[in-house]
Amino acid sequence: MLIKLTGGTVYDPAHQIDGKVMDIYVRDGRIVERPRDGEPVSQEYDLRGKVVMAGAIDMHTHIGGGKVNIARTMLPEDHRIDPTVHTEFCRSGCGHAAPSTLTTGYRYAEMGYTAGFEPALLPVNARQSHLEMCDTPIIDKGGYAMIGSDDFFLRMLAAKQDQNAINDYVAWIMHASQAIGIKVVNPGGISAFKFNQRALDLDEQHAHYQISPREVLKALSRAVHELGVPHPLHVHGNNLGVPGNVETTLKTMGAVEGFPVHLTHIQFHSYGTEGDRKFSSGAAAIAEALNKHKNVSADVGQILFGQTVTASGDNMRQFANASHASPKKSVIMDIECDAGCGVVPFKYKDQNFVNALQWAIGLEIFLLTEDPWRIFLTTDHPNGAPFTSYPHLIKLLMDKSFRNDMFTKLNLDAQAMSTLNSIEREYSLYEIAIMTRAGAARLVGLHDRGHLGVGAGADITVYTDNPDREAMFAKPDYVFKDGELVVRNGEVVKVTWGSTHTVKPEFDRAGIEKDLKKYFDTYHTMNMEHFKVSADEISEGGHSRVIVQECKGRREKTA
Amino acid sequence: MEHLSQAIDLSSPGTIEAVTCPACGLLCDDLSVERHADGALKVVKNPCAKGVKFFQYIPKTTQARINGKPADLQAAIAKATEILGGAKHPLLSGLGTDIQGMRAVMNLAEKSGATIDHMNGKSSMRNLLVMQNSGWQITTLTEVKNRVDLLLVVGTDIVSYFSRFFERNIWNPESMFGQDTSSREVVYLGGRDLDTSHGVSPKGVKPTVLPCDVAQLPEVLGVLRAILLGKKVIATEVAGIQVADLAKLAERLQAAKYSVVAWTASALDFPHAELAIQNIVGIVDKLNATTRSSGLPLSGSEGDVGAYNTSSWISGYPFRMSYRNDYPDYEPHHYATDRLLAEGQVDAIVWISSFNPARLPPASKIANIVIGHPNLELETEPDIFIPVAVPGIETKGIQFRSDSSVALPLKQLRATDLPTLGDVLSAIEAGL
Repeated sequence: MLIKLTGGTVYDPAHQIDGKVMDIYVRDGRIVERPRDGEPVSQEYDLRGKVVMAGAIDMHTHIGGGKVNIARTMLPEDHRIDPTVHTEFCRSGCGHAAPSTLTTGYRYAEMGYTAGFEPALLPVNARQSHLEMCDTPIIDKGGYAMIGSDDFFLRMLAAKQDQNAINDYVAWIMHASQAIGIKVVNPGGISAFKFNQRALDLDEQHAHYQISPREVLKALSRAVHELGVPHPLHVHGNNLGVPGNVETTLKTMGAVEGFPVHLTHIQFHSYGTEGDRKFSSGAAAIAEALNKHKNVSADVGQILFGQTVTASGDNMRQFANASHASPKKSVIMDIECDAGCGVVPFKYKDQNFVNALQWAIGLEIFLLTEDPWRIFLTTDHPNGAPFTSYPHLIKLLMDKSFRNDMFTKLNLDAQAMSTLNSIEREYSLYEIAIMTRAGAARLVGLHDRGHLGVGAGADITVYTDNPDREAMFAKPDYVFKDGELVVRNGEVVKVTWGSTHTVKPEFDRAGIEKDLKKYFDTYHTMNMEHFKVSADEISEGGHSRVIVQECKGRREKTA
Repeated sequence: MEHLSQAIDLSSPGTIEAVTCPACGLLCDDLSVERHADGALKVVKNPCAKGVKFFQYIPKTTQARINGKPADLQAAIAKATEILGGAKHPLLSGLGTDIQGMRAVMNLAEKSGATIDHMNGKSSMRNLLVMQNSGWQITTLTEVKNRVDLLLVVGTDIVSYFSRFFERNIWNPESMFGQDTSSREVVYLGGRDLDTSHGVSPKGVKPTVLPCDVAQLPEVLGVLRAILLGKKVIATEVAGIQVADLAKLAERLQAAKYSVVAWTASALDFPHAELAIQNIVGIVDKLNATTRSSGLPLSGSEGDVGAYNTSSWISGYPFRMSYRNDYPDYEPHHYATDRLLAEGQVDAIVWISSFNPARLPPASKIANIVIGHPNLELETEPDIFIPVAVPGIETKGIQFRSDSSVALPLKQLRATDLPTLGDVLSAIEAGL
């Protein structure tokens, strides 16, 4: 079956196409060359005057796993305000800050998103993460396995084990948890909290292992690079939310010694201590450093005003933030000598000095960072705001007068501490397509997504060009997922189930499993084999299937 | 993967290693089970009474019944479909199943406009209400195994529910951080006639036992919390426990580096037990101001933790939620099985109990369908009975452990003609 998308205005930054009128052909879920003579077009969509982009990719969104489900379970009041009824095509569920899996998939698709990546997949909890992601319809999924506070790794580091052994362990974790990336959260800090340390700065020693977060970052960023994993080490730094953490963040960029690194929700790590309230914007310094360090990328983690819930692996910082919870409750967990989590509901208010400045800091980072290939559009769903606020965020980036109108409504003290309304920049459609499509696919390592070239998976979103960018991005005319029309006029018309993207770096399984088997048998409460999530488990029930993206293999070996 | 395909030849005799046991929420996965030529199973490594009993079951029947008469599976499914199709407000309860079973339950619940509750709904809600009210600070089994220095057990001996808890998590010979595990301290607070023998350390040190009626635990916990909060306590005794002894306990908790306060909600069987659990959570919260402490809500039996997790991700709410409207609706008090039946709110019940033949449906006069363990010890014959494969014996599956952070694969250990719960429910759903 051949589908023709006729005459749309195409934005495909992976091929430097910036608003060119083109036809696109789709056969069996893939974008294909113009057909040879005689092949009939089964279906044609007249897209003249419409904006055509690849399906959008959220490279950091908490959609599946223990802490997300804790957030769902603990917040019935959040769901009661946003019930979703079943329709001809969709099942019922609930939305807002911690939506049900079904509603998550539908709503992403309805905004033109065709993939989302869970950034904190605890290896010990990977099975649950994948179960939830498999029950998330339409979009493709994947996860970044979270290590760096796990006892096995910290032991290796403390024992000064060879980098090759660390690489083997990192690769083993990626296979076992069916991951596409590696994330580190508060490097070493989740573990340190279990030893009653309440803070851990970049060069501070972990009380038990006598190693520093800097050493964790160095070993892991190098491992990810040497294994050939396309997605650089995904870092949630130390000192999240702490005034003055801009210094930690700047030092973190240097700590990886030139290896690629992605600093996530960097807004939460860009705070200075200037002013009467000892809380100020570090955005200018962060943007300048991002502009300079070509090995560093970041996503923003923009906050937007309203009720949400923060869900993080960073139990140390979430414990510290729990006193700000709204409504006043929190779940803090130590998990399996492997990780932790903290779930704290939060309400950001535009008349609150700190919240207003957080909002401005996020936008300053977006607008002062020059290279759209290295800065990504996220709210760290649901931590800064639910993902459903993306169209609003896009409007803030693309429309200076709208942004300034919003700015003038903020807490006045916060306005006085921000340079935001002096920034002229407005993002273009091409730049939005980079941040949310081409750049995101390249960053995550999705070789056949995020672009509209021949051979790409036919994940395609079609919008009506509208000067109100919020309205435009909230309700696409058409969304195609793997060549099937799944959304028309912003509503789901067909439910498919997407795939799970992974990488499978080469490694010495026998070598590392010799140690791991003994370790599991001695210290853990589960069999090592049960720690591994199989591809069969993911495809069970027909809701997903594992796609293995290319991983270039080890780039070098240490002696 | 090797571990899932190990039991390919399910008919020949042999020994299966690394078997996960779903007989309680600990989900021990270090069992070895011998399969005999006739399909009989025997735990040959790491047995406990519950595990032995669970695995030694042989199905007495694989035949469905309608009104007590043998029927073929398709006829039973057709009749069940007719009952559910005609019901105004069906209840799917019991829910003793694994994750794949729960996914099918959720599908059928939505399709039939049903309300769902779990056979452990009453005890699970004691915990969930606290989690939804204040949240909590809790830990998981491997953390306990490697870190605990003071275990405070509230209102239970644990082993009556979770036989191997002490063996696996407290008196383990080695721990990650070089702790001498035999120096761990155990305190039992509340309960009567408990089996505290498991709290005796390998060195022979006896646990501290502070007994009282479980129903008086709210007062006792209130005083312990007050002491920790530095409030003046005038009483010298509460529920037969000396306040001085509680003050000593408070000191030990404050001095501990990683205390763990464990309870099992089903043992706290008195009205408004959630308020007692709320006090435990408050105690842990206060201790964390200066040292580390965590709660350990032990549960997970009959798949309750897996059931509420699955329901939460699919609908947004744990069980005691309903699809009777066009959207999911949660009423933790109203949508209780006993209450719905007593008030005549539901007109059909599907009782699901796949693990434990002793967990029976409540008495009711409405249309009732029972789907579950082939050897269910039914006292009254339901309208329809459909035996299904037991997850972890006759079908593979996935189950959540007590601590909710770990979900483990269950193996199929022998061949069977029994359908899975998913097969049966999907067929009913398709017919609606």
